[in-house]
Amino acid sequence: MAFQDPQYLRETASQTAGPYVHIGLAPGAAGFDIYRQELGFDITGPNAKGEKIRVEGIVIDGMDSPIKDVLLEVWQANSEGHYAHPEGGGPVEEGFRGWGRVITDFETGEWGFDTVKPGPVMGRNGRMMAPHLNFWIVARGINIGLNTRMYFEDEAEANAKDPVINMIEWERRRATLIGKRSVRDGVTVYRFEIRLQGEDETVFFDV
Amino acid sequence: MKPAEFYQRNREIHPPALTPNYKTSVARSPRFSLISLQNSMSEITGPTFGHSDIDAIDNDLIKNYAKAGDPIGERIIVHGRVLDENARPVPNTLVEIWQANAGGRYRHKKDTYLAPIDPNFGGCGRTLTDENGYYFFRTIKPGAYPWRNWVNNWRPAHIHFSVFGTGFVQRLITQLYFEGDPLLKHCPIVHAIPDADAIDRLVARLDLNATIPLDTIAYKFDIVLRGRRSTLFENRLEGN
Ligand SMILES: [Fe+3]
Repeated sequence: MAFQDPQYLRETASQTAGPYVHIGLAPGAAGFDIYRQELGFDITGPNAKGEKIRVEGIVIDGMDSPIKDVLLEVWQANSEGHYAHPEGGGPVEEGFRGWGRVITDFETGEWGFDTVKPGPVMGRNGRMMAPHLNFWIVARGINIGLNTRMYFEDEAEANAKDPVINMIEWERRRATLIGKRSVRDGVTVYRFEIRLQGEDETVFFDV
Repeated sequence: MKPAEFYQRNREIHPPALTPNYKTSVARSPRFSLISLQNSMSEITGPTFGHSDIDAIDNDLIKNYAKAGDPIGERIIVHGRVLDENARPVPNTLVEIWQANAGGRYRHKKDTYLAPIDPNFGGCGRTLTDENGYYFFRTIKPGAYPWRNWVNNWRPAHIHFSVFGTGFVQRLITQLYFEGDPLLKHCPIVHAIPDADAIDRLVARLDLNATIPLDTIAYKFDIVLRGRRSTLFENRLEGN
C-alpha cells in the first residue's frame, strides 16, 4: 500500500452516516430540541443580493424509490460568484455563508430550500464556470458522501461553455446535472432529481 | 491569489459504494464510475464556523440534555486532534457527533429498539477544534445495538463523527469504535472498509493519561482530513 509516501498521514476512512444522522446534524428533525440554533438552515443571511430562488428535489435509489432518510449539504457562491471563504474570490454580503443543510420529508423524500442564484465562478486556467450549486449527499447505505453539482436550465449558453460539464464524455449524462426551472406563485423554482442508479444515474464527481 | 488544491482522495482506504454485505448499499450505490474533477474554487473553499454558532456546553453530552440528573452509563472523555495528511493541525473546524445511549437506543423518532430512551441524554454534541486542531467531548459510552441486515447483526459501540476542514472536498463522516470491542470483527459496516489499517485507525484507544481518576475514563481518537499540495494552480481570467 505504498500509495503515499510514509511521511504523510492517511485520511480517516469514511463510514455511512446511518439512519440517525439527523440526531447529530439536525436534531429537530430527529424529534428533539437541544441547541440554541441548528446550523445550515439559513443559507444566504438577510443581506444577500441577487435573485431569490427555491431549489427542490428528491433522491431516488436503484429501485426507483425515494430515499427518505437522506441528508444533503449545499455549498454555493453568492450572486457575484464569490464564496464565503478566504480564498473565495472576493467579498460576500454580511451574514452570507452559502452553506446549507437539507433534510427530506420523512414520508415523501421531497426536499427543498430557499437561496439566491449564484453567479458564474472563476474556474481553473481562467475558464469561467457556469452558475452551479455543489452538493454532498449522505445517508444510510451510502458508504462515502457523494459529490455532485446542479446547474441551471436557463443558463444554457454558460452551461455549454462550462469546463466541468464539458469534461463529461457522454452528452446525455450532462443533462443529469441540470435543475429544471419553473415559476410557482411568483417564485422561481428549480427541480433537481438525483438518481443513484439506472440509465439516468446522476453524474457524481471524485473531487 | 493562486490557490492550492487538495491531494487526490485515496479511494483504496475508503469503503467502495457497493458493499453487498451491507445490504442497504446495494440500491444506494452509483454504478457508473465517478467523474474525476480537478479542484477549482468550488472545491477548495468550504463553510467556516465560529464560536457564535455554538455554545460552550454543546460538547458535554452528560450535561447538554440533562433534565433531572445525569444520564445513565459509563462516563467517558473522547478527545484528539483533527489533522491533515501533511500532519498539520486543522484549527477552528466544526466537529459534530451523535450516538446511542448506554442501552444502545437513539433519541430518534425512527428508532424503535426496545432499550429505553434515557430522559437525560440527547446523544449529540458539537465543538470547534482549537488552534492546535484539538477537540474534546464528554459523554456516555454508547451501547451496542441490533440492526436489520442479517438476522443477528449488532453494531459495535460507536460514535458518529462529522468533520468539515477548510475545503468542501474534505467533508467527512465516519464512526469511532472502541478498543477491544468483540463485535468489531463481525460488523459488515466496519468491514465495508477494505484496508485493515484504515479500520484500525477508526478504533479509539484507551487513554489513561487523560482519564480523570475516580470520575471519567478517556479515549483518544485522531481524525485525518485530506491535505493540500504546496503547488498552486491558476484561476485568473484568461488574458489577465
Ligand atoms: Fe449508529
